[in-house]
Amino acid sequence: MMLAQLSFRGPDSAGVAFYRDPAPAGWCKISLCCAAGEPDWPALGRELADVFGDCSTPRVRASHAVFLVEGEAEHVQKWLAEHHRELRLMSAGSSIEIYKEAGSPSDFVRRFEIEQIDGSHALGHTRMATESRVSTEHSHPFSTGLDLCLVHNGSLSNHNRLRRNLRREGISFQTDNDSEVAAGYLTWRLREGASLEQALEGCLEDLDGFYTFAVGTSDGFAVLRDPIACKPAVMAETDEWVAIASEYRAIAVLPDAANAATWEPEPGQVYSWGRAPVA
Amino acid sequence: MPGPYATQEALSVDLATESVRTLNQRLHDESEPRHVRVLSPAGRHSIAVGIAAAHDVEIEGHVGYYCAGMNQHATVRVRGNCGVGAAENMMSGTVVIEGSASQSAGASARGGLLVIHGDASARCAISLKGAEIVVRGSVGHMSAFMAQRGALVVCGDAGEALGDSLYEARLYVRGSVSALGADCIEKEMRAEHLQQLTDLLARAGIDDVKAREFRRYGSARTLYHFHVENLGSY
Repeated sequence: MMLAQLSFRGPDSAGVAFYRDPAPAGWCKISLCCAAGEPDWPALGRELADVFGDCSTPRVRASHAVFLVEGEAEHVQKWLAEHHRELRLMSAGSSIEIYKEAGSPSDFVRRFEIEQIDGSHALGHTRMATESRVSTEHSHPFSTGLDLCLVHNGSLSNHNRLRRNLRREGISFQTDNDSEVAAGYLTWRLREGASLEQALEGCLEDLDGFYTFAVGTSDGFAVLRDPIACKPAVMAETDEWVAIASEYRAIAVLPDAANAATWEPEPGQVYSWGRAPVA
Repeated sequence: MPGPYATQEALSVDLATESVRTLNQRLHDESEPRHVRVLSPAGRHSIAVGIAAAHDVEIEGHVGYYCAGMNQHATVRVRGNCGVGAAENMMSGTVVIEGSASQSAGASARGGLLVIHGDASARCAISLKGAEIVVRGSVGHMSAFMAQRGALVVCGDAGEALGDSLYEARLYVRGSVSALGADCIEKEMRAEHLQQLTDLLARAGIDDVKAREFRRYGSARTLYHFHVENLGSY
């Protein structure tokens, strides 16, 4: 419902990250997308079960499939990148699932049966491309590491140089998209030992441009606006839920929204929700 | 409803069933002042924009962008928060926001009174051209940027770069100012300013703060007259 409210802000692509059904200990959860054709997902599941300890039956949604694999997420990601180049990794972790696609947000919601999915929290995005082309790979959310993802409203002006520098650090990119560079930047900072809060604060120094970022974490989310804060953001909180959106309209559809505490996040300040999302 | 509309029934428009376009068209078509209640605004944009008659409009809830923009003569009351650009380019009349306002509240407004009972975020009163704005709470960064005429009253604090590149608008702040913008300086509060401030607070219905608790800021007038020695500052 929130996505539908904002689809006119971004009519060309849509995506969501859901946090739900955590994988059992020793297992990981992988979301994959196949851009072309009908992949044999059950066959891939059997292959994964052979290579790793075990693998669940894939849960298929439109062009995406989610697998639970017995093993380390990093190992599964590496193996997939080497053996299945036709597939794109959407997300990896314990509870995250990412679905995204080019096309109208309302079609996306229908085709992926988004309204049937539940979870502890979720992050959604509708895109109006300004910097790079419209494709599923260019859509948000972008995975930024295990159980982490990023959505971005804005545009970055130093993304080319930053992408070159990050590639030297071993961060890989699927597209020429500026928001993916912000995701890659966070991935790199987290890999180097920064906390999510430190990584986001680093954006204030290292990213040049306009942004409101929302980052999904395993048990919450974090928000950062650039110091100029041209890009809107509104947050609301009740005893039952907490939400952020570009416009209040998206929040208005939530139960008892009219009585929620509602405010704008301050520019240049990292906000976070969850039990310990930025520790 | 007292006053000139007492003989007329209030017009009620529920935006859950009618479009903003329909509402605004009715507000434009009614040449006689009407009392209008707007229900279920749910953050919709452009509510009550372009009114040119002395209507009395009450909006029951949060609104989206540009609410009451270009207002002439009407009194618009929002019982909730406003999105970007509330009362932008207002010409006359009164807009009262009972909650908080997002960025660029009162942008370019030429006349009338805008009262915000909560906070206003960045760029409140940007390019102000004659309207008067009273904020019960605080304002964000870059407020009154390039403001030319009119007044901004802030009962709370002001963010970074207050009054940057200011022309002749008067700024009154009761709390702290994070930083003054280029060419904005504190100025002496004279009797005429105290009088203006007292009058504005009274018209805004704010009776728990006193004019003498404020400081006045204005233009140092070194930037907007071109001086070659200021070249580095332009």
